[in-house]
Amino acid sequence: MKNFEYVRPATIPEAIAAAAQPGAAYLAAGTNLLDLMKGGVARPERLVDVTHLPELDRIERLPGGALRIGALVRNADLAHDRAFAAAYPAVAEALLSGASAQLRNAATVAGNLLQKTRCGYFYDIASACNRREPGAGCDAREGENRQHAVLGWSEACIATHPSDFCVPLVALDAVVEIEGRAGRREVPVEALHRLPGDAPAHENTLEPGDLIVALRLPAEAARFAAHARYLKVRERTSYAFAVVSAAAAIDIAGNTVRAARLALGGVAAKPWRARQAEALLVGVTPDAATFRAVAEAALAEARPSGDNAFKIELARRLVVRALTLAAAGTPARLPALPASPFASQPGALPHA
Amino acid sequence: MPEISLSQAPAHQRHGSNSGQPLTRRDGVLKVTGAARYAADNHPPGLLYAVLATAAISRGRVAALEIAAAKAHPGVVDVMTPAHKPPLAEDPDAKTNPFMFRLELLQNDQVRYAGQAIAVVIAESLEAATEGAALLAPRYEALPARVGLDGDTSFLPPAVGIGNPAAVTHGDVEAALDAAPLTVEATYETPAQYHNAMEPHAVVAAWDGDRLSVDTPSQGLIMAQGRIAGLFGIAPDHIHIRSPFLGGGFGSKGMISGPQLLGIMAAKLVGRPVKLVLRREQMYGPVGHRAPTRQRLRLGADGEGRLTAIAHHAKTVTSSFDDFYEPAADASHTLYAAPAIATSHEAVRIDIGTPLFMRAPGEATGSIALESAIDEAAHACGMDPLAFRLLNYAEVEPITGKPFSSKALRECYAQGAERFGWAGRPREPRQMRDEDGFLVGWGVGTATFPALMFAAEARAVIRADGTGVMETGAHDMGQGAWTALAQIAADGLGLGIDEVEFRAGTSDLPDAGIAGGSAHTATAGTALHNAGAAVIAKLADLATGDERSPLFGAGNAGVVARGGRLHRRDDQSRSEGYGEILARAGLAEVEARGQGTADPAAQSTYAMHAHGAVFAEVKVDPDLGQVRATRLVGAFAAGRIINPKLARSQLYGGMIWGVSFALHEEAVTDRRSGRILNADLAEYHVPVNADVPSLEAVLVDEHDPHVNALGIKGVGEIGITGSAGAVANAVWHATGVRVRRFPIRIEALIGA
Amino acid sequence: MSFSISLAVNGVARNVELDDPRVTLLDLLRERLDLPGTKKGCDRGQCGACTILVDGRRINACLALAVSHDGAAITTIEGLAHGDELHPVQAAFIAHDGFQCGFCTPGQIMSAVGLIGEGQAGDDPERIREGMSGNLCRCAAYAGITEAVLEAQRRLAAPEREKAA
Repeated sequence: MKNFEYVRPATIPEAIAAAAQPGAAYLAAGTNLLDLMKGGVARPERLVDVTHLPELDRIERLPGGALRIGALVRNADLAHDRAFAAAYPAVAEALLSGASAQLRNAATVAGNLLQKTRCGYFYDIASACNRREPGAGCDAREGENRQHAVLGWSEACIATHPSDFCVPLVALDAVVEIEGRAGRREVPVEALHRLPGDAPAHENTLEPGDLIVALRLPAEAARFAAHARYLKVRERTSYAFAVVSAAAAIDIAGNTVRAARLALGGVAAKPWRARQAEALLVGVTPDAATFRAVAEAALAEARPSGDNAFKIELARRLVVRALTLAAAGTPARLPALPASPFASQPGALPHA
Repeated sequence: MPEISLSQAPAHQRHGSNSGQPLTRRDGVLKVTGAARYAADNHPPGLLYAVLATAAISRGRVAALEIAAAKAHPGVVDVMTPAHKPPLAEDPDAKTNPFMFRLELLQNDQVRYAGQAIAVVIAESLEAATEGAALLAPRYEALPARVGLDGDTSFLPPAVGIGNPAAVTHGDVEAALDAAPLTVEATYETPAQYHNAMEPHAVVAAWDGDRLSVDTPSQGLIMAQGRIAGLFGIAPDHIHIRSPFLGGGFGSKGMISGPQLLGIMAAKLVGRPVKLVLRREQMYGPVGHRAPTRQRLRLGADGEGRLTAIAHHAKTVTSSFDDFYEPAADASHTLYAAPAIATSHEAVRIDIGTPLFMRAPGEATGSIALESAIDEAAHACGMDPLAFRLLNYAEVEPITGKPFSSKALRECYAQGAERFGWAGRPREPRQMRDEDGFLVGWGVGTATFPALMFAAEARAVIRADGTGVMETGAHDMGQGAWTALAQIAADGLGLGIDEVEFRAGTSDLPDAGIAGGSAHTATAGTALHNAGAAVIAKLADLATGDERSPLFGAGNAGVVARGGRLHRRDDQSRSEGYGEILARAGLAEVEARGQGTADPAAQSTYAMHAHGAVFAEVKVDPDLGQVRATRLVGAFAAGRIINPKLARSQLYGGMIWGVSFALHEEAVTDRRSGRILNADLAEYHVPVNADVPSLEAVLVDEHDPHVNALGIKGVGEIGITGSAGAVANAVWHATGVRVRRFPIRIEALIGA
Repeated sequence: MSFSISLAVNGVARNVELDDPRVTLLDLLRERLDLPGTKKGCDRGQCGACTILVDGRRINACLALAVSHDGAAITTIEGLAHGDELHPVQAAFIAHDGFQCGFCTPGQIMSAVGLIGEGQAGDDPERIREGMSGNLCRCAAYAGITEAVLEAQRRLAAPEREKAA
């Protein structure tokens, strides 16, 4: 690990000033950043430790009912916050399906949002990677890419975003509050991450010095609380990144869908909101045929970036399953295996 | 109370009740309190840290290193390179015995695989050494990498495993296949796998003149000592290796590896103690692995389902510079009766670190292919797969025709099937669903592993206070040597386990051979047993030759050692305590040595194998293809079980390795660079706790009078065999999809 | 640059002068504070062998910079037993043979202590398996680990139930 200057600011403005310098990076829990630094993937010259900043570790209900979550709230604490989990159960389920209990105890909300891809070529510093080194090329494109993107990729980069948390967040119109040199602004999570285009290294819309200070979930998103699930296909039962994941949320009145939300993970360089597909659900009585049509729509633009065509059909089926489970209702208690197809809940797979 | 018969002449017997008891681990408290000291936990005064710099290319040479940049980093003390290293007394590429493998010890600037050590940075802190290694920023002259099973033209290996013939033919397989009314032909692929013991290879080395002190995990202390002695040109007894605990080995710590020797070289270079610990990604190259295979099975059967031919051909890889060939096809030598059996191997040389022994080398890879093919044949014959296996039960070892020294496999099938509830399994696939709609499948696999014996020595002492000491340089890599061997040792002296000081784990003790081949308990145990016999014989001589002893004159009748006393064999009311005998003889202690080796006569007469039957249930999501191995029952017959608690743990471990083989682990190599892209523990998947919700291991009684004096066959590796195939067969039974490429991936099951 | 940090390690106040900001809690414990019980299996947050409690929460010590944890209270495997009296989780790991080689064991045990403290798994074996899935065991002693955590959780929960009653 490259040596670095360690800075521990006392206030947010101090932090921003310190982090706006070239070569600086914010340090929160470090669960992703230190991993990257140990691999030589990130070599910051200055770490600005924000973990001691005051007031960034609170969960508060705002007038109007939105929940505001401080950037330093730990993943586990957020998932187990009763008010939060009751209002946004799919987010809690997503959080608890990510990483391990130890990592969730440390990792912060903002850190999770900003985690880097798990593309093996991004991590292998001897490989060409436009995301790590602009202009270097992309060794994944013709390489081992069965796990890579099927939506929104470019010739420059076929990496995926690994976060589980972000998937229901984009579905539910979550917003991040950002403090920067130009003051405070708000950005929807959906607009935080960028698709690679021809500049994959430009991963998000943050400017130098920008500090995410809070995440906000709108009150309106709680309308889905009774019918919201996050589901994740993995290559082992736990402690694995998603092959594909999906967040589905439905607001049903009687037998009719009033509103629906759908997002996919593991398919693109950003958490993927499927708005056009959502629209197909509104005003209809949910059934298998509808869900299949929604799934087709959600993946309409998908195309393999390599040896990964199976992910497209897998994602379709996952959309159907996630919608089916959401329609069946949010379980009273999170399953023992959060987000797993093997969640130990009776009737977990409603076509026996 | 079990009676332990002697393997050699004296008419004396020992009675002990320690063996067979499910004792908890004697090193348990040390391990649960963090007090057990593994190699990297040592921290001698003046310690420096060494970190490897490794090659990013698979083939070529290192053209330049930024040595000045590394040295300029604060804390860096020195950089060891081919041009700057202590001299060696022996060429690291020399091979003078079959257990000697070529090493990369900076002998030149050549790169022969990605991840090979190309320099060592030594610094005052781990942080400085690590960054120093990164600052070397090597430049290479690279050649195209040869990657994978088709990476080069294949050839017939000179031998497979350790000295096994590469091709074996029994009967006329081609004629039998031609004549068979039913044939099954299928090709299976298994991936490269890496041992990934939780403890990375580590060494703490300190030189004092030409004397060397080493803390390093070893499955073969005396071999390691000999290797070090040869390379550094010093006497073996000037080298003291401590390896009281290994954080897992699985074969990767059988022979001392290049990086461990580089740590010793670094210590010599700087004249201070050095600690070198491999980073996880550095364990994917220089410490061995299980080579990938492509196996073609051809089975012929008659109209009733009897096998008439088994042809098993395996293609594998070895490194460009050394020879180890995964003996995958040999798995077909012993399990199923067939009048014609042919096994053969071919190999290619590619740009990887040399493959080596990894838990059940050959048996594991061969087993998953053979057990899959047997399942395919059973289905083709319209038979239940267990019934098919029973019909083709080998009453004698098929190729050699030798009788088995013991074989309780039928009982394993019966007890395992009973515990699992196999009866009533639908023969056709995709017939079972659980209440949630998941596809359910049941599969069976036969487990087998040879009952091997290497060579070991032990030393036994009985002290004047009536207590004993037993010594052998045994290795505990988790299998429980500290406990199971102590049980054998205590019985060997006719003492309680707390009355015997059992010493192991260092190179200054008698050679315990190698902890491998599932043979350590049998081999070191037999040495302990025989050392005990010898020291009791000496003690008996003292007593029976002394007219003041109540045992005087009992020499011909013999004595029985039990509970710290010698009893006259023909009149057990006459006895004398060990301490009394020594006190009267004026001796502080009496000592003797014993050997543990195979009995050549028994070996030439009998086929010796442990056996088992593994039954697996899997659930498969019918749409999403995710698989969970929800239940495994294995029934194993492995001769005498010294400690059922520990044996069961070993079998569980092996069974989970079987699950891992079928469903999880695989090294993914970039086909252009030859670099492994998942050289970690995040994307190289080994099972986590949630992957294996239900396991049961049934220990089937088996008395084997031939394998060794103790009747031990070993349980370290057998669990992986059978299990991998059982899981694969269960996946087929659940889905109707026969996946022949392992691990079974989601895309193979979703039909997309 | 030097950093002065204060830690409570296994109940003992330690003032540590750090000459390097790169030192992780794991390397601090192992290489500088003579507490090598906490193990390094991957150094990348992928195996759980380095699990310790920081302010009562289980985390991976390999991904925690020491300098950032000024003021933290740390419990390691060395601080779990009271003298010769093992913590119930330690005792249960021995009784149920929840380990073989023992290398992942300190991390497993600290993780189990953390899990029980979190109170989410209760005595549901499936929740325990999931909650312990951040600790790899290559010997695959998972059956014993799950049994050990179940037993320890019951033993630890019992006095609390009595208190509540």
